[in-house]
Amino acid sequence: MGKLNSKIPDGPLAQKWTKYKASVKLVNPANKKKLEIIVIGTGLSGAGASSALGELGYSVKTFCYQDSPRRAHSVAAQGGINAAKNYQSDGDSVYRLFYDMIKGGDFRAREANVYRAAEVSNEVIDHYTALGVPFARDYGGTLDTRSFGGVQVSRTFYSKGQTGQQCLLGAYSSLNRQIKKGNVTMYPRREMLDLVLIDGKARGIIARNLLTGEIERHAAHAVVLATGGYGTIYYLSTLAVNSNASAAWKAHKKGAFFANPSFVQIHPTSIPQLNEFQSKLTLMSESLRNDGRIWVPKTKGDKRKANEIPEDERDYYLERRYPTFGNLVPRDVASRAAKERCDAGYGVGETGLAVNLDFRDAIKKQGVKTIENKYGNLFEMYRNITGINPYEEPMRIYPAGHYTMGGLWVDYELMTTIPGLYSIGESNFSDHGANRLGASSLMQASGDGYFILPNTISNYLSNEISVAKISTDKPEFAEAEKAAVDRINKLISIKGKQSAGSFHKRLGKIMWDYCGMIRNEEGLKKALGLINDLKEEFYKDLNIPCPANELNMELEKAGRVADYFELAELLVTDALNRRESCGAHFREEFQTPDGEAMRNDDEFAYVAAWEYAGEGKQPILHKEELKFEEVEMKVRSYK
Amino acid sequence: MKLTLKIWRQKNAKSKGNFETYQMDNVSPEMAFLEMLDALNKRLVEEDKDPVAFDHDCREGICGSCGMYINGHPHGPIPAITTCHLSMRFFKEGQTVWIEPWRAKPFPVIKDLIVDRTAFDKIQIAGGFISVNTGAAPEANNILIRKKDSDNAFDSAICIGCGACVAACKNASAMLFVSAKISQFALLPQGKVEAIDRVRAMVAKMDEVGFGNCSNTGACEAECPKQIKLTNISRMNREYFKAY
Repeated sequence: MGKLNSKIPDGPLAQKWTKYKASVKLVNPANKKKLEIIVIGTGLSGAGASSALGELGYSVKTFCYQDSPRRAHSVAAQGGINAAKNYQSDGDSVYRLFYDMIKGGDFRAREANVYRAAEVSNEVIDHYTALGVPFARDYGGTLDTRSFGGVQVSRTFYSKGQTGQQCLLGAYSSLNRQIKKGNVTMYPRREMLDLVLIDGKARGIIARNLLTGEIERHAAHAVVLATGGYGTIYYLSTLAVNSNASAAWKAHKKGAFFANPSFVQIHPTSIPQLNEFQSKLTLMSESLRNDGRIWVPKTKGDKRKANEIPEDERDYYLERRYPTFGNLVPRDVASRAAKERCDAGYGVGETGLAVNLDFRDAIKKQGVKTIENKYGNLFEMYRNITGINPYEEPMRIYPAGHYTMGGLWVDYELMTTIPGLYSIGESNFSDHGANRLGASSLMQASGDGYFILPNTISNYLSNEISVAKISTDKPEFAEAEKAAVDRINKLISIKGKQSAGSFHKRLGKIMWDYCGMIRNEEGLKKALGLINDLKEEFYKDLNIPCPANELNMELEKAGRVADYFELAELLVTDALNRRESCGAHFREEFQTPDGEAMRNDDEFAYVAAWEYAGEGKQPILHKEELKFEEVEMKVRSYK
Repeated sequence: MKLTLKIWRQKNAKSKGNFETYQMDNVSPEMAFLEMLDALNKRLVEEDKDPVAFDHDCREGICGSCGMYINGHPHGPIPAITTCHLSMRFFKEGQTVWIEPWRAKPFPVIKDLIVDRTAFDKIQIAGGFISVNTGAAPEANNILIRKKDSDNAFDSAICIGCGACVAACKNASAMLFVSAKISQFALLPQGKVEAIDRVRAMVAKMDEVGFGNCSNTGACEAECPKQIKLTNISRMNREYFKAY
């Protein structure tokens, strides 16, 4: 337990960040140029951090595995971005945004970090607006907002249904400005294979050039991971197909603790799985629940078409069970309610694993034009994928693996347990607790990248100014490179029969069945055995046809799946350990008589930070007790 | 359904490419086009053969990674969608499907269906941004923008940078792509300060990296998966004339 120092500043919650910024150690402008920082990932957090650090004058080297930084998966976060601007005068404030996040996260997030995320949200909106992000506007020229799940104010800024795209392109443009100025060097189509430590500090990375297969060494004074989440561990998820956990996992194996890995959010409004070949699930934005009403037939197994079912034979189960929040309950609540109805036999469609999301009433009241203005592109997308016109028939939706609240453990400065290694955005654990509220991911990722890390990293770097440029000839680099090459050779030389993707698919099924929306002890124990068996089969029967020294996408996938096997074991171990239900983690044994999650604050009001203990060894659990000074831990109710 | 695939295979930029024929027997109409290629690749890996390389990532029509010529159309025969959103229900039993990479001098083939689109990044780096330092922005509502201008800026801003416009153009022109960014900023008050320098720099870079000129054929607009309008090109031309 002594190993975790969260470094939360003293003083009242509302003043912690201001005080921190005023007292943090600074780096002289003349010294900044000499300090090198590696940033992995170019989503909102990575591109934001790279550009802000570049503006400050540091020498930044930025890496992404895509062909261009503009393709990072933040681009697909459609719904919106929260800020506590209170433009609608509906009583919003930094405190309320903070409180909604703490409550939404089921009191499993760190108070000081969450308050700060809410605090910088307003600066994020100012910055994106200045960068030319075309947020929706009212006729008077001011910014418009809408509402999202789990809250009772309208604080979500949006660009139709493409907010993530617009913010990401804004961040990409500010990154480009720094590339032009020479402050940032961009390395696309690279994958981080390992982290290099020198004297216990993060000093560089080993990367593979995905075009040539060349193994590269890159050194720096500090390394920032902005690598997103690991939701694709379920194979079918709403994340980009290439999203992975590998960089974070390699850092974990080098000493960075991994926190709350079992907190994986299941998103309630995904297009259901249509066939067995499917490579991913597509999310329909949560904003649709502002106007769409969710229902199933009142009669079990009713196979009539949705429009043929009369009003009094429809069960608007969210409005029935949660009259205060209705269709806008948080994601975990909406997801479980859908599963409950489908498991009870009321699901719609051929598989019965879907519920209706109906716009009939909204179209009647507001007209097609208004609905088209709000959600046009989402409706089009739905029609393209399913062949069904949602203006005429309800959409069918079902929950899917989505955003990971777990990630590398970081302190208030966003530093991991490895000195000089930072983790920002979705790749860290700190701000969302056990469940993420809608439209807070763009907010947190941008806040971490643009406004928080650039301040906190100087506290560390101010002690590094006497460290000269780090040479990649050091033995630590050679060692890490050799380990990375050995891993590649091991995978290439298996020469079995099956593709990496087919193993990933089977692993995902195990994870979904036993550690998805609902978990229990028996299932989790079973999953551990199944994962281990499949892992053994993987190392006996994997096939990668091409050599390693060229573009080789099968090798890329195999490396990611190999890491997923190990993370899957930790994820299930964490789920087993947490004998309570909270947010995204619903343990069947711990529920109220009416099926709501039952927390156990006496025993589990902590962050589970896992230390890697070596191959085949049980990971070591460290607990960061969560202390709530400003809010009282209450039962989360949306009734 | 059964399909015959004719796929362009090319080991790398230097080697010669050719079409290879593959028979697909169990294609479900519910599959997405890329999932059909996934199925082919799974089979190739099991046969210890080199799978077909293609770029893809989000598979939600928004990241702009995917892109290939399918039966003579960028992103396939259905208007206004990306390859990842192309459903196999749009194809017929027994059909032959020709699959090729984008072909344009500034987009050299990397392998099979993957081309190098870094020329697009170079144009954006030349000036596709508004110069504002983090933390130095004014209060967001201090910049009032007419709703119509904001909506129009958004319609230009939704370009995904896939390169279909270049691939569709007989001149390999990147004008639709470049003009979309220039239009977005030209319509917003924040972008006006640097408008002259931006249009000069981006147009110059566009020529320098080897894209051709516009001859108003309109193939770019017709094939753009995001329906970016030709009016962007007119606006870019006006901005360009204003700048000199």
